[in-house]
Amino acid sequence: MKPLINSLPETVFTTKVDDILNWGRASSQWYMLFGLACCAIELMQTGGPRADLDRFGAVPRATPRQSDLMIVAGTLTYKMAKRTKLLYDQMPDPKYVISMGSCANCGGLFQLAYSVCKGVDKIVPVDVYVPGCPPRPEALTEGLLRIQDKMMRERWLVKPSHPVEEAAGA
Amino acid sequence: MLFDFANVLVFTALGLGFVGVNLLIGKLLRPANPQARKLSTYECGEPSMGSAWVNFNIRFYIVALIFIIFEVEIAFIFPVATVFRRWVDGGVGVFALIEVLVFVGILFLGLVYAWAKGDLEWVKKVKA
Amino acid sequence: MEAKDIYAALEKQFPGKVSEFKGEVLEPYLSVDGASIVEICRYLRDSAGLNFAVLSDLTALDWPKEEKIQVVYHLFSYSHNHQIVLKVDLPRANPKIATVEGVWKVANWFEREVYDLFGVIFEGHSDLRRIMLPEDWVGYPLRKDYVEEEEYDGISTQRAPLVEKLLR
Repeated sequence: MKPLINSLPETVFTTKVDDILNWGRASSQWYMLFGLACCAIELMQTGGPRADLDRFGAVPRATPRQSDLMIVAGTLTYKMAKRTKLLYDQMPDPKYVISMGSCANCGGLFQLAYSVCKGVDKIVPVDVYVPGCPPRPEALTEGLLRIQDKMMRERWLVKPSHPVEEAAGA
Repeated sequence: MLFDFANVLVFTALGLGFVGVNLLIGKLLRPANPQARKLSTYECGEPSMGSAWVNFNIRFYIVALIFIIFEVEIAFIFPVATVFRRWVDGGVGVFALIEVLVFVGILFLGLVYAWAKGDLEWVKKVKA
Repeated sequence: MEAKDIYAALEKQFPGKVSEFKGEVLEPYLSVDGASIVEICRYLRDSAGLNFAVLSDLTALDWPKEEKIQVVYHLFSYSHNHQIVLKVDLPRANPKIATVEGVWKVANWFEREVYDLFGVIFEGHSDLRRIMLPEDWVGYPLRKDYVEEEEYDGISTQRAPLVEKLLR
């Protein structure tokens, strides 16, 4: 049967169901451990006990099949770019990407190098950029909260009034 | 008596219904975007080559075989234990005990044979 | 042994093949003729008193103005606690030298790296292919006249110009 995505009118019931679905998704973002370089250490520490990501429901997964958030932490080289794209493609919808650190944002410190990809947004679509070298755990947590805000704005059952911006899933 | 089975029917229906309704809600509410690259086999980012069916280690079969034999032996001893009190009261307790010990003894000889042949080791040492 | 004694021993054994010794620096070095590098290395490894059992590093330098690529060997001896550096000059247009993989096994990876980054061909090497760059990379990046490709694998290698970024 056809899914009910974006097909129902905007009533109290359907918007509340959307809110419940979004709240459930935002409170349990399972991120894929994609630590490539030094930012990976900060990513591990953000998941550690002092600055805890688990209190937001975010647990690390090693495989893209079980994750809905990919935190690209570290320098992306051209050799790794092909594999990154395949791993991103293998994540199930709806998926989000956080680009952590300046190397993932724009090539960072190694922007003049021949083997470094100047930013992970040349490969995958990025939702939140977290600046820093490396970003503090508080900064990465802020990035996660911004993704939570983005998730809460999405509409699942409700027919979108603005065709492209508010539609989710497709 | 037949009416008591209605209990079982209701429980089965509730169980299946719970699972079914949850899966149905998921099917209605989730996005469905199957793509070729998304459905490809996961191999840490590399394209996979060859089939995932590999030759199985035959030592698993030996372990499973020995386990089954002694598990069945235990399954046979359990009923003997339940009616043993009645046999003791009937006066044939010693006879029954000797019978059970003969049964266990035969299988124990089999265990000693397997042990001596080295089949209980994971890596069987073959005299060169 | 002092570095000048090592040079003297080499000069005695291989007259005319070694030259340009510099001993007052932190790591004394000497130049070696490229054609006889393998026998000199074998002598340095096996002869008692020298015993350079370890090849610490094998790397290269690009001298475009002098039209040469210089391959550098760092040798060390644990038993005598002395070290020496050998330098070999190769013509930049066609850099070829015999491999020392037969003398020290570790030279396998070092020479692959030098091939990957400079394009020096090591004759007799068992497995000369790129070690860290992807197999379909074009060019030898550590040469001074290396120019990046426009894009690799569909990804643009250009970064947004700084002035445009500031105006944005």
